[in-house]
Amino acid sequence: MIDVYTELTSIVDKDFVSKNREELYMYGRDPGLMPPHEPDYVVMPSSVEEVQAIIKLASREKIPVVPKGGGLSLTGLVIPQKGGILLDMKKMDKIIEVNESGGYAIVEGGVTHGALKSYLLKHHPELRHSIPDSPPIATVVANAVIHGQGRLTQQHGFNSEMVSGLEVVLPTGEICRIGSCAISPHWFSKGPPMPDLSSLFFGWFGTTGIITKLGIKLYPCKKYRDPMLFLTDKAELVPDIMRRLARTEMIEDLVVTAQPIPLRYRGNFYILFYITGDSDEELEFKRKMCWKALRDYFEKREGGFVSLVPEMKAPMLSMPSKDTTRFADVSKGGGFEYSGPIAPIEKFPVYVKKLADLAEKYNLFYSSAARMIDGGHCMMFSFSYTFNRADPQTMKKAKEALDEAAEFALDNGGVMWKPNLDEQKLTMQKMDPNTLGLMMKIKKLLDPNGIMNPGNWEVSR
Amino acid sequence: MKRYQTQIHRCFRCGYCKFPTDYSALNCPSYSRFRFDSYSTGGRLWLTYAWLKGEIPWSEHLAEILYACTTCKNCSEQCPMKFAPEIVDWIIEARSDMVEQGKIPARVKRFLESVYNYGNPQKCLREDRAAWADGVRRYKKGDDFLLYVGCLGSYDENGQKMARNVAGLLEKAGLSFGILGEEEECCGNEVYSLGELDLFNALAGKNIARFKELDVRKVITLCPHGYNIMKNKYQGMGHKFEVYHYTQVLESLIRDKLLKPNGKKATVTYHDPCYLGRHNKIYDPPRKVLQSVRGIELTEMSRNKADAFCCGGGSGNFMTDYLAGGQDSPARIRVREAGRTGAGTLAVACPGCMVMFQDAVKAENLEDKLQVKDISAIIHESVMD
Repeated sequence: MIDVYTELTSIVDKDFVSKNREELYMYGRDPGLMPPHEPDYVVMPSSVEEVQAIIKLASREKIPVVPKGGGLSLTGLVIPQKGGILLDMKKMDKIIEVNESGGYAIVEGGVTHGALKSYLLKHHPELRHSIPDSPPIATVVANAVIHGQGRLTQQHGFNSEMVSGLEVVLPTGEICRIGSCAISPHWFSKGPPMPDLSSLFFGWFGTTGIITKLGIKLYPCKKYRDPMLFLTDKAELVPDIMRRLARTEMIEDLVVTAQPIPLRYRGNFYILFYITGDSDEELEFKRKMCWKALRDYFEKREGGFVSLVPEMKAPMLSMPSKDTTRFADVSKGGGFEYSGPIAPIEKFPVYVKKLADLAEKYNLFYSSAARMIDGGHCMMFSFSYTFNRADPQTMKKAKEALDEAAEFALDNGGVMWKPNLDEQKLTMQKMDPNTLGLMMKIKKLLDPNGIMNPGNWEVSR
Repeated sequence: MKRYQTQIHRCFRCGYCKFPTDYSALNCPSYSRFRFDSYSTGGRLWLTYAWLKGEIPWSEHLAEILYACTTCKNCSEQCPMKFAPEIVDWIIEARSDMVEQGKIPARVKRFLESVYNYGNPQKCLREDRAAWADGVRRYKKGDDFLLYVGCLGSYDENGQKMARNVAGLLEKAGLSFGILGEEEECCGNEVYSLGELDLFNALAGKNIARFKELDVRKVITLCPHGYNIMKNKYQGMGHKFEVYHYTQVLESLIRDKLLKPNGKKATVTYHDPCYLGRHNKIYDPPRKVLQSVRGIELTEMSRNKADAFCCGGGSGNFMTDYLAGGQDSPARIRVREAGRTGAGTLAVACPGCMVMFQDAVKAENLEDKLQVKDISAIIHESVMD
């Protein structure tokens, strides 16, 4: 019987290996509602070689390994369901390269969105990446792994679609490069024109390997950015409003908010979108085009633009938005979770009705932010409910509401985003069996010992 | 029931507390040093809540995590929640519960025992408390100011130099002031932040009684920690008085031309002490004092003012030193940051920061490039030139 702890400390500086009760407690749970389960060890590697050595050890000894970034999915995706080694990747925090002309950055597996944003602002102010509204400790890699969305998702799709290359440690210990970087020194493509192997690692929640480096595309950071806010009280109009704005090809991000408080929000839908430009003229032109796109709605008094004073604009312009996080404490309970189906935008009215119905049924406070994806091809609709961490009853009710929301969303054309274990089960039940079979074959092929984040994407036997 | 017990569950563990405003680095000193989530503010609050609920037992490691917090208040500055201003109070309340139950880590226990037995954490003799003060007279009724130098000013070699410099400058400006000498008690700021509230009350009570007896109306502190505790906790304990940090007084004396610094060419970067900066929002006076010296070019570290990175010495850590060891210790990170500005001098306004940075420049082999100097020393040299 080997002493795993000693083996781990021979790979990683012992200061960054723990089997203390306190670290096991912290890494055995996330801020959401999934039940905790603790790892046996927490390790913070600082190089790909260390990750490789850990994986080889785990593979040899058949010890589960769970890679973790910021741990903010809220759906328990990095709760080590079967114990084992929790790899906190955040010590791999180097921004290796920013390629100005190619418009991409290469980052290590633990670089946070906050750090990348700050680095670009300081050293490459003309470039930006798609920042999600999760807190800045969220890592670029983990966000891509869960197909996260960000401020450029309306224009460029899921953040995972903005990836331009990968370095991965496979579950059997090989270090593998994916995309153009497998052949060329340049990280400009995650796949094309070759077979796109990158999709073996996105949406899999770490069950197929550990991403140790990632190329992420950067986009122009325009000099000016201005929020616009359109208000309507008719849910059935929202999809068309979203579509019209998308089709102007003038807008950056678009998010629709529905929540009962503050009181001015009740019964209203706030469609917040942004225009950007390098000159006042460009901004003014885009502003006019957006007005024009929605003119008949405000002429018919079915909606209208809200005049925004600078104090209102400031939080809208901040990235990430702290308001998203503040939702956790609106009822002074320190908790919220959301079920976030990706769905066609025309589902907005039925989803938003269900959101409010479930809140009433379970007596919960709700909020929803629906973010338009990729020019209106779909949206992420969040069924968000708060709970009180000190009150198990509200936690139980919030979980029940979320379970019901997930079932509803799946029955109504949606696909669950970053699904928790229960939602994964529902998804796999609903999935074309041949598709599921293919998924399981791929997983088995890549991870023959079943050590990678076990419990996730697993068909119960 | 203490307030933290009913509120601590409200931390969502979002992690904003780990950063400065621009997210350019890790700004929580203990998280920056240890990197496990347990050592972040969110981790500390979640573990404390788990301990309260009985989900985890007390352990030396748990207590060390709690005491590795330097109470620098970066978390309060960055936390987006409404309870943000209370976070450090919750940590202190949790510590006070540990103290009441006799469950504190060994180094904290030694710190508190030293203050209890010797009146200072360094275990120095009371009769030596004014050893630094050759020629500085004792405070007498009617003096305008009491110069309160605290434990580091009394016993630490660099702190003593600071105390002498400040006293010399006040004298040069013709201020009417005196010191308490051997009768000065520890201010209790660290004792308070370590959660030993009874001992704090005893220390504060003695100081206040002495202030009252001597009818002290204005106190100048050498140390931001003393400034903080007197400004925010002594008030309402039976005697009203005004408190100033010495940099505020120097600013005023220079403005009124009672002190006239001579020119000196130097590039200087200034480190905001947490208890002067984030705790009390005093950012400009130290900078104005430095800029009063013609020829000083003040260059800012990227993390400054409300975003300043703590030296790692707060809440007794200048003695207990839970964050020491290795290149990730906060003081070493900070002197590297200071070095990157190109400044030849790292100016400080706190004897605790001085202790931390003196060691750190040696560990970083920066002694030839970066001199750690207290503002009073810079002004003293300039005025006495």
